[in-house]
Amino acid sequence: MDQGHQEEEKSFWEKLLSIDRRIIFLFITVAVAVPLFFRLSLHIAVTPVAEGVYQAVQSLPAGSKVLVSFDYDPGSMPELQPMAEAFFRQAFRNDLKVIIMGLWPQGPLQANMALEEVFKDKDIAAKNLKYGVDYVNLGYTAGNEVVIDRMGHSFEESYPKDAYGTPIGEIPLMRGVRNYDNIDLIFNLSAGYPGTQEWVQYGVDVFHVKLAAGNTAVQAPSMYPYVQTGQLSGVLGGMKGGAEYETLLGIPGRAVRYMFSQAVSHAVICLFIIIGNLAYFSLRRRRKSQMEVQG
Amino acid sequence: MRREVPLVLTAIVGLTMIISHFIPPLNMLKDLFEDWFFIIAAFAIYLGILNLIRINADKVYKKRSDWPFGVVVILGFLLITIPGLFFSGGRSFSDLGTPFYYLYDHVYYPLSATMFALLAFFVASASYRAFRARNVEATMLLVAAFILMLGRVPIGDMITAWLPEGYRMGNAADWIMDFPQTAGQRAIMIGIALGVVSSALRVILGLERAMGGE
Repeated sequence: MDQGHQEEEKSFWEKLLSIDRRIIFLFITVAVAVPLFFRLSLHIAVTPVAEGVYQAVQSLPAGSKVLVSFDYDPGSMPELQPMAEAFFRQAFRNDLKVIIMGLWPQGPLQANMALEEVFKDKDIAAKNLKYGVDYVNLGYTAGNEVVIDRMGHSFEESYPKDAYGTPIGEIPLMRGVRNYDNIDLIFNLSAGYPGTQEWVQYGVDVFHVKLAAGNTAVQAPSMYPYVQTGQLSGVLGGMKGGAEYETLLGIPGRAVRYMFSQAVSHAVICLFIIIGNLAYFSLRRRRKSQMEVQG
Repeated sequence: MRREVPLVLTAIVGLTMIISHFIPPLNMLKDLFEDWFFIIAAFAIYLGILNLIRINADKVYKKRSDWPFGVVVILGFLLITIPGLFFSGGRSFSDLGTPFYYLYDHVYYPLSATMFALLAFFVASASYRAFRARNVEATMLLVAAFILMLGRVPIGDMITAWLPEGYRMGNAADWIMDFPQTAGQRAIMIGIALGVVSSALRVILGLERAMGGE
């Protein structure tokens, strides 16, 4: 190989290493957006941690009371909203009574959005669910983990009224609900603080509540130790967790649909990593051989 | 006094919260302190709002650098607060169809999701530049990340479909999550817990100077 060609090849690797990030952004845009136009039925492998969530809900007899804490905002909606919708679907199909609350101000609104979507389901609409009897939205209360702790003694002290200002003593669903002793399962959807970690520390460890969770993909790995110790019945991690949950329910929804987009974007990132490493090693080998030649 | 009173209050409240866990009659005091906390937490929200308005109004009034952003903050605040407070049915403000819900669904949600979605682009760019197999540790990290990125999506199992079931990339990703990852997380959690205990003790004993605003 002549010197000129070598120089040209070297500059090619160097150019590749210092590629304009806008080109990477363009590839990612295409990788994320284009698959959204295709409807491929990909095989979603279900993990035991996701199955734990499904079984925790499925094992409850009709009429059981579940508390759902919406601890996220719209930023995490693509990951957590499909989980919320799937959870409502499973709960309402199994005739469970759902109590909604939020430790994040935007949480109860996210719950309303999920309910709006779930009520479009013909099977659920046919049940003619009534607010205050089949489900209730307690709204948001400031206080983070102190709210969780206080609810262990009395729900009414943390939430004297629901989101619409009705005293909880006047809500049929809330009659007989004093504290966690009257709740069969807590499902927490969390994108950070306060979230699942606080529910484990203040709800599970102190009051021994049964807890399952849905987390963002970034947060989910830190919940695995809690699943192993049995403090969490299961955890849904990111969009994949949502897709697993939808697969278990047999109702493929948005999470399953978006998995193709996520799969392609992951593959493109991996491809970039491979190219980056090839360029790095090629340059390193060349520099090493140049140094050897120079003595 | 400005330093001593907060320190004494912190010590009393901190110690009560710990001791009440072991002496149930002290729960009355704990509940009282929690009530105080609820009130302070609720007021902190108003304080935050006032602070936001004050800082941005000051920036606009004195025409400091980037003052137009201050105008955007104040207008954005008013745009969502006024319809929420006065034109969305009072306590039913979060119901579907209210002006507040419309703004939440059509303005706040897309903006918030867009900010979060930008991460995908920066992660891709950073991965391309930083994920290098420079040494053994970096290579291990790279291989684990590679397996997880492909194994957590269906494509991982598709490209390793020729392997026997149980040995595919999805299974490898699950193994990494269940064992090395969980072990690492547990070590980190124990470390953090010890750190939290030590800082909490420093605060309760008045050794943490930052608490006094110093």
